Amino acid sequence: MTGAVELVGLERRYGERIALADVTLTLEHGATLVVFGPNGAGKSTLLRVLAGLLRPHDGSLRVLGHTMPEEDWAVRGRIGLLGHDPLLYRDLTGRENLRYHARLHGVDDGRIDEVLEAVGMDRRADEPLRSLSRGMVQRLAVCRAVLQDPDLLLLDEPRANLDPAAGDLVEPLIGRASGRTRVVTSHDPAGGLAEADLVLGLRGGRPELLEWAEDLDPARITELYT
Amino acid sequence: MSSAPQDGPPAGPSQGGPPARASQGGPAAGPPPGGPGAGASRRGPSTGTAVLAILRKEVRVELRTLESVPAMCLFSVTTFVLFHFALDRDSVNGDLASGILWVTLLFSGVLAINRLFVADEEQGGFDGFLLAPVDRSALLIAKFLTLLGFLVVLEIVAVPAFGLLLLEPSVGRVVLRLIGILLLADVGIAAVGTLVAALAVRTRARDLLGPLLALPLLVPVVIGGARACAPLFAAGHPASVPVRWLETLGLYDLVFGLLAYAVFDFLLED
Amino acid sequence: MYGKGLRALSVTTALVMSGAIALVFFWAPEDADQGFAQKIFYVHVPMAIVALCGFVAGGLMAIAHLRTRDSRWDMRSYVAIHLSIILGVGVLLTGSIWARVSWGHWWVWNEPTLVSFLIIFLLYCTYQPLRFSIQDPERQARYASVFAIMAGAFVPLNFIAVRLAQQYTHPRVLGNISGNLPGKMEWTFFASMLGMTLLFVTLWKYEMTSKHASSQLRRLKRLLGEEGQSTGRRSAAPAPRQRATQV
Repeated sequence: MTGAVELVGLERRYGERIALADVTLTLEHGATLVVFGPNGAGKSTLLRVLAGLLRPHDGSLRVLGHTMPEEDWAVRGRIGLLGHDPLLYRDLTGRENLRYHARLHGVDDGRIDEVLEAVGMDRRADEPLRSLSRGMVQRLAVCRAVLQDPDLLLLDEPRANLDPAAGDLVEPLIGRASGRTRVVTSHDPAGGLAEADLVLGLRGGRPELLEWAEDLDPARITELYT
Repeated sequence: MSSAPQDGPPAGPSQGGPPARASQGGPAAGPPPGGPGAGASRRGPSTGTAVLAILRKEVRVELRTLESVPAMCLFSVTTFVLFHFALDRDSVNGDLASGILWVTLLFSGVLAINRLFVADEEQGGFDGFLLAPVDRSALLIAKFLTLLGFLVVLEIVAVPAFGLLLLEPSVGRVVLRLIGILLLADVGIAAVGTLVAALAVRTRARDLLGPLLALPLLVPVVIGGARACAPLFAAGHPASVPVRWLETLGLYDLVFGLLAYAVFDFLLED
Repeated sequence: MYGKGLRALSVTTALVMSGAIALVFFWAPEDADQGFAQKIFYVHVPMAIVALCGFVAGGLMAIAHLRTRDSRWDMRSYVAIHLSIILGVGVLLTGSIWARVSWGHWWVWNEPTLVSFLIIFLLYCTYQPLRFSIQDPERQARYASVFAIMAGAFVPLNFIAVRLAQQYTHPRVLGNISGNLPGKMEWTFFASMLGMTLLFVTLWKYEMTSKHASSQLRRLKRLLGEEGQSTGRRSAAPAPRQRATQV
């Protein structure tokens, strides 16, 4: 059985500097990988490589059963990325943004209403993003990320900018309860650990920690940041 | 590195460059076993659908922000006024008229070239597009058509303004030929402009590099366009347009159109 | 790797160039109209041709870079273009002198080769600022290659357009570039062409060797544990990486 994500010796450089090196792991379908590490450790880079936005310089990468980057056309549209950037145009409304993405992904308009309602943004979906708060924009970004019903979710600190109520709203879409395979970056040892199956700790682009969540002592996560 | 728990068979061998196909698990084209939402790899929307979607978005953003088109039009009219004072002429014809028109159109066009990808760069539009299961060239085609549209709107404003403010012979007699030449040139400007815009937008000196790159590259367009229009603006009777200028413009459009198509993908990668 | 045969090449170049210079000054006859000053033609035209070929070669190497993603092609392309830009300055200077001596002005518009060269030169002057303004080395190389391909395709197009433009308003007066050269002049011209070409290739190899050596040095330093140290000096030049695993 193939895993949803399989990395062997993944390496990505930035010029002479290492952004990621020696990353080897397999993530099963439906499981959650939580990535910890200080700023600059390579967490966002890892997500972008998995999304197919960056090519690996060395090592091998298979996502949803396809070798990347050669077969990235086969997985595009099955991956949902939620990064620091909402990837939405500020001068358009939420609905217009989602309609744009829906057309690019071949998704029906009905789905747009579905996700908007799920995150509680259906009534404010027709206002330009400029006039919305950061938390609302983040909710719309969540909509964008799950619009195409992806098999793999890549989430970069998804709960940033979300108050607890909003966090609860998005949970069924992007949380453990969604049943999707997920790779999540987090700065919260307790919270992150609670939702993880597999834990990866990065420092300087290299994996310093790779354990099953249930066997893991939270103190080891905090060590990463020292 | 601490112990790496791995389920299932190990992934393929690691090596530089394109990794070999790992001989394991399901076939590449078939549905992945047991995954949620398991189904065959979805073939995304057609390129045409994608182009339309992007075009719709472009038009909407432009209508709401009014960043490019009004600036271009205003700039062109102001430039005509400047020329009036700089040359101390009330009206021009022939070579001079043609030259003034083309230089003005070019500089106004550069404004739009500068802004073409800015919204995408600043608001994450590139990533949003790259994640979609559509052909990369859809972005090129859509942006090319957008720029072409902007140029056409510019000319709809600038040419009558020119006729009003500076041009001595009437435009009406030569309108059709003029439109033909303008469109032919616009295709070349749009092709080069889209490429240059994509190149410049992700550099640090984007506002400077855009014009510096575009203007030399557009010299053949100025040559072809200005020389083709000069006989149309001749004092007295408009003369016929030498075909060689149309051929020059056509060749330019072909070369750069094909080049843009071949090379654009490389600008989108990170 | 690049240094092989460099000495033999340099010696050959020096010999051919000296030979060409000798021919120019002592063997080729003086031009009936322009006199001694016409001899600058033997420098100006070969330089222009070699520079233009250098630009086009840079474009071809850039295509190779994009197709193979091997950064060595990018370095070759960079060096070719960068040398051609330097030669380009020479072309404009010698062209200007020739114009002054033959025509009385420091610049003339009725010599299409010179004029299109000016445009091409202005375009390629943006090459290094373009490289400078992109930090990510890989993206820098990629974008530079796209530029080199665009500009390389532009060179012939521009030539055609400018030549057409000048042909019908100003007749070409200066220079016989192709054909129409009496025997001795023709031979001298070929000698200069050969010399200039060899000079370009030699300089190209020198610069490649030097860059290769400094990148090896950098790599060794890195391996010896000075990792993460930046020299603080930004450069428009690409730094080729030695891969541990060669594909």
